[in-house]
Amino acid sequence: MTKQKMFLRMITASLIRRRSRMIVALLAISVGAAILSGLVTIYYDVPRQMGAQFRNYGANMILVSSGDGKDFDVTAMNEAVSHISPESFLGATPYRYETVRIHDQPVVTAGTDIKSAGITSPYWHIEGAWPAEGEALVGKTEAEHLGLKTGSSFTMSYADESNEKEPVERDMVVSGILETGGSEEDYIYIEMSDLESIAGSGDLDVAELSISASQEELTAAADSITSADNGVSARLVKRVTQSESTVLTKLQALVFIVTAVVLVLTMICVATTMTAVVTERRKEIGLRKSLGASDRSIIVEFMGEGLLLGCIGGLAGALLGFVFAEFVSVNVFSSSIRFQPLLLPVTMIVSVAVTGLACLMPVRSAIDIDPALVLKGE
Amino acid sequence: MSLLQLKNISKIYGELKALDDISLEVENGEWLAIMGPSGSGKSTLMNIIGCMDKPSLGEVILDGRDIAKESDKGLTEIRRDKIGLIFQQFHLVNYLTAVENVMVAQYYHSMPDEKEALEALERVGLKDRAKHLPSQLSGGEQQRVCIARALINHPEIVLADEPTGNLDEANENIVIDIFKQLHKEGTTLIVVTHDPEVGEVAQRMIVLDHGRIKENTINKNFGNT
Repeated sequence: MTKQKMFLRMITASLIRRRSRMIVALLAISVGAAILSGLVTIYYDVPRQMGAQFRNYGANMILVSSGDGKDFDVTAMNEAVSHISPESFLGATPYRYETVRIHDQPVVTAGTDIKSAGITSPYWHIEGAWPAEGEALVGKTEAEHLGLKTGSSFTMSYADESNEKEPVERDMVVSGILETGGSEEDYIYIEMSDLESIAGSGDLDVAELSISASQEELTAAADSITSADNGVSARLVKRVTQSESTVLTKLQALVFIVTAVVLVLTMICVATTMTAVVTERRKEIGLRKSLGASDRSIIVEFMGEGLLLGCIGGLAGALLGFVFAEFVSVNVFSSSIRFQPLLLPVTMIVSVAVTGLACLMPVRSAIDIDPALVLKGE
Repeated sequence: MSLLQLKNISKIYGELKALDDISLEVENGEWLAIMGPSGSGKSTLMNIIGCMDKPSLGEVILDGRDIAKESDKGLTEIRRDKIGLIFQQFHLVNYLTAVENVMVAQYYHSMPDEKEALEALERVGLKDRAKHLPSQLSGGEQQRVCIARALINHPEIVLADEPTGNLDEANENIVIDIFKQLHKEGTTLIVVTHDPEVGEVAQRMIVLDHGRIKENTINKNFGNT
C-alpha cells in the first residue's frame, strides 16, 4: 500500500467512523456555504428581478425621429432594437398618432402593435379585451366623451390635412376601455394596419422600449442607437431609470452588507466548530507525534481532512444555497432565480479556504503539544 | 558498546531534581525493568529514554547518537526509527481498525504494508480481530494491538510504560508471555512498572527513589519463571 492510499484511508476512516462529530462540522460548513451562496445568488439576481418589477411601470427608453429627414418607421425601430442585447430586451412598441373623426369629433388615434403594447405597458388596465384587427381600445376619458362602451360600433374617418381627397372611413368595434390614470385615457388605440388602411403609410411618432438593464447599460444602448445615424434618436425615460437605479443600488448595497456580515459570522462559526473538532483530538496528535510523525505530516493529515470536509460541505452548501435563493426569490419577487454555475466552484473554494484556515490555527497550536503527556496518560 | 548509555544524567525543574546523576547501560537484547514509587523519576527517565525529553545534564547515547544534542526533529526521527512505545492506556486511534492502527506506525516509518501488519497482529494472537475497532476490543486485546504497533518497525528498543497497569491478571500474563517471547527473539525491552510481578520477570531491575538509582539487581532466576 502506498503512503497516499494510507493517507486517504485514514482521512476517510476519520470522516466515516467519526460520523456524529463530522456531521456537526459538515452541517456548520454546509449551512455557512448555503447562506453565502444563496445571498450571492440573490445579490447578482436582484437587478434582473427588480428590473422585471420595474418594467411593470412602463417603458424605460423611447425612440423618436432624429429630425434629419430620414424615415422613422417600424424597420428603423427594429434596426435600433438590434443595438440592444437580446438577453435584456423585453419589447418595443411603435406609436403613430393621427387625428381622425368619430361622431364628427376630432379624436387622436394611435396606431400601434397591440401585442407589444401589452409588454411595454403592463400597467394598462383594460375593461374588456385587447383589440384585434378592426377593433379599438378606447381611453376612458375619450370613451365617456364619445359615449362609447365595450362592444359599441363606431365609424372612424380620416381626411388628410389638405382636405383635397374624400375622407376614408372605417367601421370599428370597441373591444375594451383603457384605464391608466394618465394621458393614455385621452386616446384610441388600434392596430397599425387599421390606421394605415385609412391614413396610408407614414412615420412613427415615437417607439417605446422596455429593457431590463442597468442605467449604464441603457445609456450605452441609447448612445449606440443615436450615433448609428439611422434617423432615430434614443432617450431614456429618466423618472423610471433613475428611480430604478437608486432602488437597485440601495438594495444591492443592503444585500452586500448582509452577505459580508453572514460571511464573517460563518467563518467564525466554522472556525469554532473546526477548532473544537481538532482540539478534542490533541491526544491523537500527541500519539502520532510519539509514533514519529513530523509536524508537517500532522498538519497535512488534519488539513487534508478539513479540506475534504470543506469540499463536501461547500458542494452541499452551494446546492442548498440555490434552493434557499429560489425560496427567497419566489416569495419576494414571485419568480424563479437564475442559477449561477460559477457560484458552485466559488462556494466550494471559499468553503475549503475557510475550513482550511479554521483547521490551520488549532492544528498549529496542537502540534506544539508534548507527546510525553500522552505517554503519561494525561 | 552498549545499545543505550546514560552518563550522569540529571533532569532539573527549577529547584526540583527529578533525576539526579543517573548512569545506566542497557545492552542489546536485554530486558530491563525500571521500578519505583510515584515521584521517583520513572516517567522522567522513560521520557528521556523514549526521546521525548532531554536531560538537563549528562549524555544519553542511543545506538551511537547523543540524544541530548539532537533537535526536536532529530528526536522525532530517533523515536520513529529506533523506539517502539507501549502505553498503559493503549492509546489507539479510535476510528481506525486494529490493523490500521498498526499500519499508522508503518506510515510514519516507511511504507504501510497490510500483510506485514496482519502478521504482527498474528504474533500477538489477534489476527482474527484485525478489522475490529478499538471500542470492539477488550483492554487486553487493545494492549496487544499496541504491542503489535510497537513491534512493527523492528525497533532497537521496545519501551513499555506500565504495560499491565490497566489489565486483569489473565491479560497481564498474556502480555508478560509476549515480552518473554520478544526477549527470546532478541528484542531489547525496557519496562517501566510499579508491579513487582512484572518487574521480577525481567532480566535486570533497577529501582528509582528520589531521582536516584536505589537498586540495580540482576534477576538470578531469570528464565526459570
